[in-house]
Amino acid sequence: MADRRIILKTPGLTMRFGGLTAVDNFDIEVQEDRIVGLIGPNGAGKTTCFNMITGYYNPTEGQIIFYDDDITGIPTHKVCQKGIARTFQNIRLFYNETVLQNVMIGAHLRQKSKWWHAPFHIPSCAREEKEVRDRSMFLLETVGLANLANEQANSLPYGEQRRLEIARALATQPRFLLLDEPAAGMNPQESWELMHFIQKTREDFNLTILLIEHDMKVVMGVCEHIWVLDYGKLIAEGAPEEIQANSKVIEAYLGEEYVQNA
Amino acid sequence: MTLTMFIQHFFNALTLGSLYALIAIGYTMVYGILRLINFAHGDVFMLGAYFIFYTGTIFHLPWIVGVILAIILTSFCGVIVERAAYRPLRDAPRISALISSIGVSFFIENLAIVVFTGIPKPVVRPDWLVKIIQIRGVRILPLAIAVPIMCFVLVAGLLFIVYKTKPGLAMRAISKDIETTRLMGVSVNKIISLTFGLGSALAAAGGIMWALRYPQIQPLMGLIPGLKAFIAAVLGGIGSIQGAVVGGLLLGFIEIMIVAFFPGLSGYKDAFAFILLIVILLIKPTGLMGEKIEEKV
Amino acid sequence: MMASKLRNQILTLLAIAALGVFLWWANTNLDGYKIQILNLIAINAILAVSLNLIYGFTGMFSLGHAGFMCVGAYVSSLLILPQLQKDAIFILEPMARPIYAAHAPFIVAVLLGGLVASLFGLFIALPVLRLGGDYLGIATLGFGEIIRVFANNLVPITNGALGLKGIPAYANLWWNYGFMVFTFYFIWRIVNSNFGNALKAIRDDEVAARAMGINTYKYRVISFTVGAFFAGIGGALLASLLTTIDPKMFLFVMTFQVLMIVVTGGLGSITGSILGSFIIVALLEWLRFVENPMNILGFEIPGVPGMRMVIFSLSLVLIIIFRREGVMGMREFTWDGLFSRFSKRGEA
Repeated sequence: MADRRIILKTPGLTMRFGGLTAVDNFDIEVQEDRIVGLIGPNGAGKTTCFNMITGYYNPTEGQIIFYDDDITGIPTHKVCQKGIARTFQNIRLFYNETVLQNVMIGAHLRQKSKWWHAPFHIPSCAREEKEVRDRSMFLLETVGLANLANEQANSLPYGEQRRLEIARALATQPRFLLLDEPAAGMNPQESWELMHFIQKTREDFNLTILLIEHDMKVVMGVCEHIWVLDYGKLIAEGAPEEIQANSKVIEAYLGEEYVQNA
Repeated sequence: MTLTMFIQHFFNALTLGSLYALIAIGYTMVYGILRLINFAHGDVFMLGAYFIFYTGTIFHLPWIVGVILAIILTSFCGVIVERAAYRPLRDAPRISALISSIGVSFFIENLAIVVFTGIPKPVVRPDWLVKIIQIRGVRILPLAIAVPIMCFVLVAGLLFIVYKTKPGLAMRAISKDIETTRLMGVSVNKIISLTFGLGSALAAAGGIMWALRYPQIQPLMGLIPGLKAFIAAVLGGIGSIQGAVVGGLLLGFIEIMIVAFFPGLSGYKDAFAFILLIVILLIKPTGLMGEKIEEKV
Repeated sequence: MMASKLRNQILTLLAIAALGVFLWWANTNLDGYKIQILNLIAINAILAVSLNLIYGFTGMFSLGHAGFMCVGAYVSSLLILPQLQKDAIFILEPMARPIYAAHAPFIVAVLLGGLVASLFGLFIALPVLRLGGDYLGIATLGFGEIIRVFANNLVPITNGALGLKGIPAYANLWWNYGFMVFTFYFIWRIVNSNFGNALKAIRDDEVAARAMGINTYKYRVISFTVGAFFAGIGGALLASLLTTIDPKMFLFVMTFQVLMIVVTGGLGSITGSILGSFIIVALLEWLRFVENPMNILGFEIPGVPGMRMVIFSLSLVLIIIFRREGVMGMREFTWDGLFSRFSKRGEA
């Protein structure tokens, strides 16, 4: 276990909004090829951590090291170019576009042709556009949405929108994928399928995955290592069994009395 | 530049600035509540000036009655505009209402050209406002003192309404969250009408005083002052009444003083406001006194 | 798939040929007034398609179009004005020497007009596109006005408020429709490429677009600059069509008219913009009748000057209230769409 490469380090990561410390000394190390989880009660600062890692927020203190690169404070689109992709808690698709277009937009950043290549009919551009289209169709097949490729994104049911968002993130060819509550709003059957889908995605695309999730079945079932955040502070980390047995975690989720009575 | 000249410029700037402020308040109030740039506001201002002209020259009403009537009529127009052109679009994308307001603006202007004709009209001014008085060699129009005082009184009245009365409380609540306010049992439509009425009344007062200060009125007179007042509102921080006053005065002073000190630049006068606007937006996009709104990811 | 692609290409070529035949017919058979209207439709279509790229496809609410048109119009007009004419009109102040000497063929002048307009666009975009939404609209409106104020005051270059007169009337049907087809094709190719998808992504959800690795600021600058280029071309053609320009022509009203065409046709629809241009220009001309005396049911109604614009602005408010997605919405007219409609009708 110790021989795995560390792909993400966040020494002393801290975010303050005015006087409020949203995330305090968030310090994690993510190993390559793992599926790891970040859990905690609502408002604990989980999404803020995602936003710092993906460059939406500039952390007040601390660093973000991705492979040996310091990516602290670089713009969001560059973070994505480095190989970190994400999904959003409240799904953010390009709703006026088709399912296929959504995935192609994800693939756009790896394209080499310039904007003026298309109007001037540069041949390499047409070839590349076709590659992007084929690859996007392939991704849609992987997530089981190929038959809906020409539907408009906002016509999809909720669960399929989630999968499309993941397909779109995969199109950016990430090495590290952040999933913000992928199982939110899913029934047990769907979240069970999602677990398998996440595991399969990791295998197929050689990814490391960090996910925020409230559904404990999913977290415990799929994550190999878990961090617990409460009021912006890390209160525990470890394997799923350790977390389940940790009294601090139970306290954070269920309140102090529950622990005393138990 | 001599001191007396400077004092005269000062009063000119104060007059112009407070007129910008009065118009700017209408923009800022509507924006604060509906997040809408009401492009038609400058034309409502123009209507105020025409109403005072007609009450005086056609109906020969006493001046003060004319003023009151003009203000009432103008605010009525403001309310109608909201009813007809903005309310149907309340749930539409914001840009639709904005385009609608541009359309209304052109509609009012063109209708005014048809009804009032495009020929500029002279406004009759009461003697006591335009008889120049001399204080230690400084020649001042009483108007140049009356306008800022009047503006001050009106703004104080408005602030009282917004901060000390129940409808004012409702206005502030709507500007924070329109849906929640509706759920609290506030009649949102009435409050929005009231906002348009108040904003238009101030624009009418501005229009009347503008007509007294620059006594040639024409159907397109609202265009440039309207745009500049809007800029004043943005400078001050749109959504804030105090900001609109500060922005209006700032703009008035900059326009008058730059021309006073650099007469060669007078041809570029209309560009100052826009240049200032762009500079401020780049340094502090929310204006001098505006609140920062964080975008939620 | 391939067959339908070939079919579409043939149909497009046929459509262009039909347009050519129509223009040839119009040139010989229509009177000057009708030709003028056809010309205005083409130029307004260029302007509308370019604004649509900026606003409809990239979601940047820009109100500065008149400013770019102004730049394009002046640059190209100064390049095609004969020196004799320059001598005749610059009576206030002598003309700046290099501009007096500058001369270029029409097509070069128009393209240069577009190029200089796009430089202005770039210069404006770099600071202003950091702003979003309404603020962007106001700032671009401000820049448009600043350009106009400068056109009014830089007398040695622009002849000030007197404007330029006697601009050679090169912009005939062939030039105008040629440039329209060029504009249409160029922007069509952009918005239907994956780059265009990225622009639409910025319009739909800028936050998500950034998360997809799109440098939204850079893309917005590109879109804005390209839009300004074609606005400049439209302005240049308009100047040569009308043969007279002055700063007052490029008031905010001009931007408004183009905006209305875009909205009427459908934000985010290029074919819609062309259709919108036809509708609005035709409507404006057709409405002239309300300014003539009329006889309705025996009542003599005297003509009311200015009534045309009243009805025009009113109808636009009504469009926004009752059909705000415009004629086409975000859809495009395509051959495939046409055929699938026919085949559906056949089945039913």
